[in-house]
Amino acid sequence: MSVFVIRRLMQAIFVVFLMSVIVFFGVNIVGDPVYMLVSPDADQADIEAAIRRLGLDRPIWEQYLLFLKGAAQGNLGDSFIFGEPALKLILHHMPATLELAFSALMMAIVIGIPLGLYSGLYPDNVVSKGIMAGSILGFSLPTFWVGLMMILLFAVELGWLPSTGRGDTASVFGIQTSLATWDGLTHIMLPALNLALLKISLAIRLTRAGVREAMSQDYVKYARAKGVSTQRIIFVHVMKNIMIPVVTVMGLEFGSLIGFSVVTETIFAWPGMGKLLIDAILQLDRPVVVAYLMIMVLFFVVINLVVDILYSILDPRVRLQDQGA
Amino acid sequence: MRKLTAVAAATVSALALLTGAASAEKLTIGLASEPTAMDPHFHNLGPNNAMSVHIFDRLIAQDEKQRLSPGLAVSWKPIDDLTWEFKLREGVKFHDGSDFTADDVVCTMERAPDVPNSPSSYGTYLKGKTFKKIDDYTVHAITAAPYPLMANDISNVPVVSDSAGCGAATEDFNSGKAAIGTGPFKFSSYKPGESISLVRNDDYWGDAPAWSEVEFRPIKSGPSRVAALLAGDVDMIAAVPTTDIKTLSEKADLQLSQGVSNRVIYLHMDQFRENSPFVKGNDGSDIKNPLLDQRVRLAISKAIRRDAIVERVMEGVAIPAGQLLPEGFFGVSSKLKPEPYDPEGAKALLAEAGYPDGFQLTIHGPNDRYINDAKIVEAIGQMLTRIGIKTAVETMPRSVYFGRASRGGADGQPEFSFILVGWGAGSGEASSPLKSLIHTYDKDQGFGSSNRGRHSNAEIDATIEEALRTVDDEKRQDLLAKATEMAIGDVAIIPTHFQVNTWATKKGLKYIPRTDEYTLAMGVVKE
Repeated sequence: MSVFVIRRLMQAIFVVFLMSVIVFFGVNIVGDPVYMLVSPDADQADIEAAIRRLGLDRPIWEQYLLFLKGAAQGNLGDSFIFGEPALKLILHHMPATLELAFSALMMAIVIGIPLGLYSGLYPDNVVSKGIMAGSILGFSLPTFWVGLMMILLFAVELGWLPSTGRGDTASVFGIQTSLATWDGLTHIMLPALNLALLKISLAIRLTRAGVREAMSQDYVKYARAKGVSTQRIIFVHVMKNIMIPVVTVMGLEFGSLIGFSVVTETIFAWPGMGKLLIDAILQLDRPVVVAYLMIMVLFFVVINLVVDILYSILDPRVRLQDQGA
Repeated sequence: MRKLTAVAAATVSALALLTGAASAEKLTIGLASEPTAMDPHFHNLGPNNAMSVHIFDRLIAQDEKQRLSPGLAVSWKPIDDLTWEFKLREGVKFHDGSDFTADDVVCTMERAPDVPNSPSSYGTYLKGKTFKKIDDYTVHAITAAPYPLMANDISNVPVVSDSAGCGAATEDFNSGKAAIGTGPFKFSSYKPGESISLVRNDDYWGDAPAWSEVEFRPIKSGPSRVAALLAGDVDMIAAVPTTDIKTLSEKADLQLSQGVSNRVIYLHMDQFRENSPFVKGNDGSDIKNPLLDQRVRLAISKAIRRDAIVERVMEGVAIPAGQLLPEGFFGVSSKLKPEPYDPEGAKALLAEAGYPDGFQLTIHGPNDRYINDAKIVEAIGQMLTRIGIKTAVETMPRSVYFGRASRGGADGQPEFSFILVGWGAGSGEASSPLKSLIHTYDKDQGFGSSNRGRHSNAEIDATIEEALRTVDDEKRQDLLAKATEMAIGDVAIIPTHFQVNTWATKKGLKYIPRTDEYTLAMGVVKE
């Protein structure tokens, strides 16, 4: 057991290290940040001073070693344009993204699962077909277009919801969140729905497939024959079984919600880390891009590590196979 | 009884709200770009400068046409060739109640060039100048050589307070602790990426602003910004996308404000390499760089239909350009007009220069920097092809473009042969483009830093340098105009158009457009 965990841990560290090389060199060969930063009025001496100040006059491998040295001390470098530690900037923008991703996930579950259940139970019904057609749209329409349409409809035409921004926040356990105020909630509705659309479709399809499969299983037939009520069959027996894959997939999708929030945050001017990343990419704020990608890598590596370890505890065969390989 | 009191109290407070509404008004502005800090000396960049004008005054102010007017200094003049004297305004108070004096000016001028981590420093404006306090309301600025642009430079440096600002770090400004100026608005809150709030400074020495509270919201995506205005979430937006101008102008509840900017869009041509990498003969072989020939450059200028660029590409929102700054700016020439469209003349000139069948050329340009930049490059490509110069077009994001255009080639030279660029004259007069774009590239003296075509003419250089030594405004104006005429005569660069900026407000409000493209709450007036 411990050997397995140690080996997985080593693998994880290796992956993080490898990614740091790819990310750092990848980001640092694109473009020239100096011209994005200095005032156009700057003369040659100013430009050279800026290059030195940013450390861009050093060879790239030296920059990488400096980055590694800093990273070992928990410092992922200072943002070129804000002059503040990149890590601090990202952590500052993280709550806004997390609450957006969390709200979107909730929407996917609250809207997607009941709709999927309905269309799974009555697959030939017109409403079910409508739901399925809708879920195809959810998969295939581009997020930015849907986002703009939602703004046009709900904010401009109907005037029900605000178009952009985060609104008032209130402090919950020391973290500022929009979810705690009414104004904040109205602001998060549209971006969260926009971000959730794809996941809602996913939840509908997963649930529907699960329900349809389960309904023809022997245990359902047996329960029916025993005279168990339909309600109890669906909500206790069927749901319990199909929820396992749905919850697993939704949990994994949470990571991609954070990653995909980039587009939504840009359209709705949502001050999260996705918007920070996009701005950083456009302005070649390399330290922020590198720090963001490294945090994401770490995030996914940790999730995978935890999942693997949990599996190995739950299912000894995973461990055996791993040793055999 | 208690109920009655409550009702009375509610009525009173409702009345108070109603009566208060006249003077207590909030303005919300959607910005296209966001300042990177509240520290006015951190990042010398348009969005930062525009924001800091609200909180921090300059010694000399720039009005909406970038003309200089008294700010914290009531007067300024050269008292000898090397010394400028500034008389300071008396009775001005900082937002924390402390008095404004010469000490604040001197410490500001020392802090501004030297802020830690600053990506683009204010040293540009303060290089070679020493500031000395004479008495509480007199400051001298001393230079090693005569320097006429003192006032223009100083009009770009925000004044912070000696007690609160000079020793503070950038993060103290961002938290608001040190964001204490003398300006028309006081700092209220700064949430990066989200909002910046200001409140009126009721003790302002100048005209009090109409708004008791201002909130700036950065909304970078153009369509989202327009939608926010349409939805009524903001009262005004900056940088209306040209594609939306027509639809917005037809809306009865909106109002557009437009004004020419100090930004000229122009073409720079390789004039320093015998073999230019993106110029080829018709068969693809290397040829001697035709752009070295003034006749070829003039032919290209004649081939450009400036009115078509303005009408079709810019949707009417631009002005054809024949020189470096639009009419009305200091140092522009009254003789220069945009080069008329003349394809036949262009072909004749090409033939005369020895290129009757033209040659092959690639134009490079950015696609996210200037209004409709990529479309303009494509249009110009077609126009050149029409006179026989077979033109290919390549555009790229500015993050890649500017580095390559400035020093992407061999030995750190400019990489491209023919490029589209823009230049905004921050100083509001003609020496700014002349010094950076036209003067021979001279690293040691800091001339020609953006001269990416490396045009070089000793006579023009001498005229520019003379202008930069001439303190007499009248004479300097003539010298700048003369240098501009020589540069255009040489076809050192080809100006195509001046940008026009568009702001949109809801009905009842109007924005006084600014040539420096700044979006200022002070410029939003009620109609």
